[in-house]
Amino acid sequence: LLQAKYKERGTVLAEDQLAQMSKQLDMFKTNLEEFASKHKQEIRKNPEFRVQFQDMCATIGVDPLASGKGFWSEMLGVGDFYYELGVQIIEVCLALKHRNGGLITLEELHQQVLKGRGKFAQDVSQDDLLRAIKKLKVLGNGFGIIPVGGTYLVQSVPAELNMDHTVVLQLAEKKGYVTVSEIRSSLKWEMERAKQVLEHLLKEGMAWLDTQAAGEPQYWLPALFTELYSQEITPEEAKEAIP
Amino acid sequence: SAKIVVHLHPASSNKEPGPFQSSKYSYIKLSFKEHGQIEFYRRLSEEMTQRRWESMPTGQTIQVNKDPQAGRIRAVGIVGIERKLEEKRKETDKNISEAFEDLSKLMEKAKEMVELSKSIANKIKEKQGDITEDETIRFKSYLLSMGIANPVTRETYGSGTQYHMQLAKQLAGILQTPLEERGGIMSLTEVYCLVNRARGLELLSPEDLVNACKMLESLKLPLRLRIFDSGVMVIELQSHNEEEMVASALETVSEKGSLTADEFAKLVGMSVLLAKERLLLAEKMGHLCRDDSVEGLRFYPNLFLTQS
Repeated sequence: LLQAKYKERGTVLAEDQLAQMSKQLDMFKTNLEEFASKHKQEIRKNPEFRVQFQDMCATIGVDPLASGKGFWSEMLGVGDFYYELGVQIIEVCLALKHRNGGLITLEELHQQVLKGRGKFAQDVSQDDLLRAIKKLKVLGNGFGIIPVGGTYLVQSVPAELNMDHTVVLQLAEKKGYVTVSEIRSSLKWEMERAKQVLEHLLKEGMAWLDTQAAGEPQYWLPALFTELYSQEITPEEAKEAIP
Repeated sequence: SAKIVVHLHPASSNKEPGPFQSSKYSYIKLSFKEHGQIEFYRRLSEEMTQRRWESMPTGQTIQVNKDPQAGRIRAVGIVGIERKLEEKRKETDKNISEAFEDLSKLMEKAKEMVELSKSIANKIKEKQGDITEDETIRFKSYLLSMGIANPVTRETYGSGTQYHMQLAKQLAGILQTPLEERGGIMSLTEVYCLVNRARGLELLSPEDLVNACKMLESLKLPLRLRIFDSGVMVIELQSHNEEEMVASALETVSEKGSLTADEFAKLVGMSVLLAKERLLLAEKMGHLCRDDSVEGLRFYPNLFLTQS
């Protein structure tokens, strides 16, 4: 009987707290509305402010981008900003996939997205892109972020890229290409391991083979071809992007 | 680019010294790289007619940055502009610091909400299922509003909120026709883009979409979510049978001898992503064999099976 009484008390306590949470939620909503009326523009126009905002949310354990139905999204409009950016990122990656096998530098992605947004759209920073991409991962399309030499490669295809592949990509980032000898001397791998990794990248279309290079064959990453950076997305490529 | 040329009268003899003593040109050329010339021309013509600068009180002439070398005095117009820019900068700074202050205060309150939700979640764990259905639904919707991960299940939505149920039903309506137009199957990324482009405002987050799709089957809607081995997620019409499609894929591959995912995609009019998944499924089912080389992944009919 005592146990039952304790349990009952437990039920009452939780109910109380739920009621309390409901009240506090309403209050918070009001506070957020006030904040939005004063500073909504700041979030839209100021990339640094967005970073601060996101960092603070992360620190306290809140994800303002989890749902379009969340308060943050509804009242501050942060949601629409990032979800729309997600669509633009997907389109650019799809359009360029046949060129680079589904790997693109953050810089090029940034450039192409800005072009697509037009002159009057809000400024979008690389940090914004990274956050949008992190959210896209959940769609199962293989979106991923690979740190290379101080920047990032963005993966947009469901290709398996393990630690070995990543390390070779990082090695290739310096010059845009890598050779078997370089891999063996830098990473101290056997021939087989190096070859396997390079072949995988070739198969995925992320690396191109130059057999005419002086010395030994070179494996180039089209994602790192700086000459391709400013090339416009052609109409054919754009059609690929929109199903 | 468009250009407007402004021809200047020769300087009058009593003119104050300006930034330059003289110039070999008697005109100014304004170049407009990204339009705006029509509006500018209109306003310029207006000002040239009104000549408001001639009626400005002389008290506005201020000596700023008197360059000792050249002894020049900046024109009124430039000083005025600079002043405005400075004011704007100060205003922006003030706004930002105020915004940060307000943001910090707001975060303090949000933090309280997170603490409270943790405490409630603990109570729920202790009770081990004594919590009512209704209370669970309420709690999950509070978490959704705040963007707090469900402390019990670690998911950022908590499965089965009302919102996602409604969303699932909406999606079933919106996606019926697009799916039919695309052979009954679409990747989740395609769905995300399609739905959000159509909405324009109040977009869905990727998580919203996934969570709603996870409920399609249980709500007995005519679509379902399917996850391939590769992790690729698709929405299929219930009436769509991917295994049947495999049979026709086998036919297509046999006709051509062999096909890569790219070639198959072009032939059938599918996205490469889904084409690849279909061929992989066919392989899994034993109908196709792969030839995996650096030239790409090519699929052949599985003769081991049919010709043994």
